Amino acid sequence: MSGAENGPGLQQFLGNLRAAPRRFVDTMCRTGRPSTDRTRSGFVFGNVFLHLHSVRTHRWSLRWSTTAGLGLATLGAFLITLVTGVLLMFYYKPYPDVAYDSMKDIHFIVPTGRFVRNIHRWAANLMVVTVILHMARVFYTAAYRAPREFNWLVGMALLVMTLGLSFTGYLLPWDQLAYWAITIGANIAQSPREVTDALNITSVFDPGGLQRLLLLGSDTVGEEALIRFYLLHVMLLPLVAGALMAVHIWRIRKDGGLAKPADVDARLGPPPEGVYPVFTEAPAKTYHLAAIVRGRTPVVGHGPEQTVPSMPHLFYAELAVLMLTVFVCTALALVSDAPLKELANPLVPENPAKAPWYFLGLQELVAFSAFMGGIGIPTIVLAGLGLIPYLDREEAGTGVWFGGSGGWPLVRRSLVVGLAAALLIESIAIRFGWLREWFPEIPQLVITAINPGTILTLVYGWYSVWLVKRFQSTRAGALGLFTCFLCGFVVLTTIGTYFRGPNWEFFWSPADWPGH
Amino acid sequence: MTVSAGQSLSRLDPEPIPRRDVLGLFALWSMASALLFATGGMLRLPKAAVLPSPAKRFRTVLPATLQPGEAFVPPGRAVALFRDAEGTYAISTVCTHLGCIVRPTADGFECPCHGSRFARDGDVTRGPAPRALSWLAVSLRGDTIVVDEEATVPAGTKVTA
Ligand code: HEM
Ligand code: FES
Repeated sequence: MSGAENGPGLQQFLGNLRAAPRRFVDTMCRTGRPSTDRTRSGFVFGNVFLHLHSVRTHRWSLRWSTTAGLGLATLGAFLITLVTGVLLMFYYKPYPDVAYDSMKDIHFIVPTGRFVRNIHRWAANLMVVTVILHMARVFYTAAYRAPREFNWLVGMALLVMTLGLSFTGYLLPWDQLAYWAITIGANIAQSPREVTDALNITSVFDPGGLQRLLLLGSDTVGEEALIRFYLLHVMLLPLVAGALMAVHIWRIRKDGGLAKPADVDARLGPPPEGVYPVFTEAPAKTYHLAAIVRGRTPVVGHGPEQTVPSMPHLFYAELAVLMLTVFVCTALALVSDAPLKELANPLVPENPAKAPWYFLGLQELVAFSAFMGGIGIPTIVLAGLGLIPYLDREEAGTGVWFGGSGGWPLVRRSLVVGLAAALLIESIAIRFGWLREWFPEIPQLVITAINPGTILTLVYGWYSVWLVKRFQSTRAGALGLFTCFLCGFVVLTTIGTYFRGPNWEFFWSPADWPGH
Repeated sequence: MTVSAGQSLSRLDPEPIPRRDVLGLFALWSMASALLFATGGMLRLPKAAVLPSPAKRFRTVLPATLQPGEAFVPPGRAVALFRDAEGTYAISTVCTHLGCIVRPTADGFECPCHGSRFARDGDVTRGPAPRALSWLAVSLRGDTIVVDEEATVPAGTKVTA
């Protein structure tokens, strides 16, 4: 059949039909295919998600060693939990006992149910790991400094959100593991009572009881608690976390991209041959606007700008990290199943009853004093972390690993101090017990104030103040403190995870646990 | 506040607050306080007025063979009941540390969660528990014992028929 026979109308129709896929792509990109410098820019700022990035990216930000892709991996893990979480919601029913049955259905009957559940669990764990590593990378590269202080705080809120998401999700299977971890968690929320009770003011001032009541909606972990945790886990926290992530990533752009060293041009050298032409002539206008927005005078004679178009350079790198995250989660999900123990029994605690691994360091502290371990020390740590960018106003070493006064040698020494202090105080407590074993009549307030956890905190604090004096630099103190904090976290978590058995007693290996 | 003559302000300097901005500030603050009150009001909702927990008073019967110092735990309850020459008494088995259920042993109670130990009268002997186990109110109706898990009594309170 020839076109003439069909007439121009039909021919046009067929032509349009043929062109439809190409036009669809063109219209989706709004400014056309990203093939020229101009359309590549349009590709970024014409897309509501991508425009969280700037149109061009500095070569420094693209180096693997700048970020190790950790923030992005955290985001990737979060997205994976979103997708798999929605899938789990098809079958999960948030009601005591029924919840457990539905988890069993998901695990044993629903097609791909176990796989999806495994991925969800692994992605959640991975997110906790990467968020901590990401924070460490930001800290050690001194990337929290002006003008990025606020984004550091947004990041800390995200850290809390990440832990909150994991914690609320932990209850949902309603098995023994879940039930007792949450019972302990909820009672930690109530632990200010340790202090109010000792002062005999609980009847008039009871913040602990209120916190627990708000969390559980009841005085035991029951149906009210489950529905609250469910609400937090599938609605409230993901929404807040998602919004915060958008702010976090958008702020990176507004804060002038990722932190870079002052001598970045010298460090990078000229761009290698064959890389997409680097942006060299900065348009004066953009420069001016940027100067006003940032409140600084434009830098003149500072060499080439060293940027490349975000599309494709940044986005392909990001896609690679996201793919790697997906790969790690699915691989782990294939080889290792998420646990599901017996149905929750409110009368027989698991022995040992352990929280999720990332809280086992806290549980170790809680086993000395509920209030200090569960509320006092975490508050001090969070406050300390939040203050770092406001106290360290130095400039040397920004954007460089272990940059600033002291550098890597200081970090190495702090590793030794941090590990030694944590191991020493733990060994004493494990070998010889603590105050109550020595002086049975001792008042609780003394134990609350003086226990291995508070002593460790004091030692770390004192060490870092000493560093500030010694190096005449806040950054040195921060390097020491943060390193010690990581050491303490690792030591306590390891002991809580591997060396605590029934009755929270110390065992060299689970093989030595008494049968029960 | 007015800008005094001769003082030249750069575009980048913060502007002083002219009089009419006070109204704007007032509007902002009223909005902020309205939001604050609304949030407070919304926070009222999650704080339950009536707790949906199961009844805390229950009745039970002690086994005839119960020896002095031996604990009887009624099924489904976190309470240990004892009977000796001085009378009948009840001790809560909810650990005062973080709420695990303690196990009665030959010489008291032990908690599986963080290793707190308690003497027979509930006093803390070891571990992180901040307080002694609570003694609960009991009353006798013939052979039947009524225990109120919400009413604590001073340690050592034992009741006889
Ligand atoms: C859910 C948690 C988080 C997500 C999804 C996230 C995501 C990201 C991403 C994608 C980046 C870009 C660079 C990179 O990949 O490293 C970034 C940078 C940054 N993050 Fe996070 N982050 C999270 C938590 C945190 C935490 C806990 C902190 C610190 C307390 C933090 C502080 C920062 C700062 C200051 C930057 C800028 C770093 C620079 O300029 O080099 N973030 N974040
Ligand atoms: S709950 Fe009993 S020792 Fe912690």
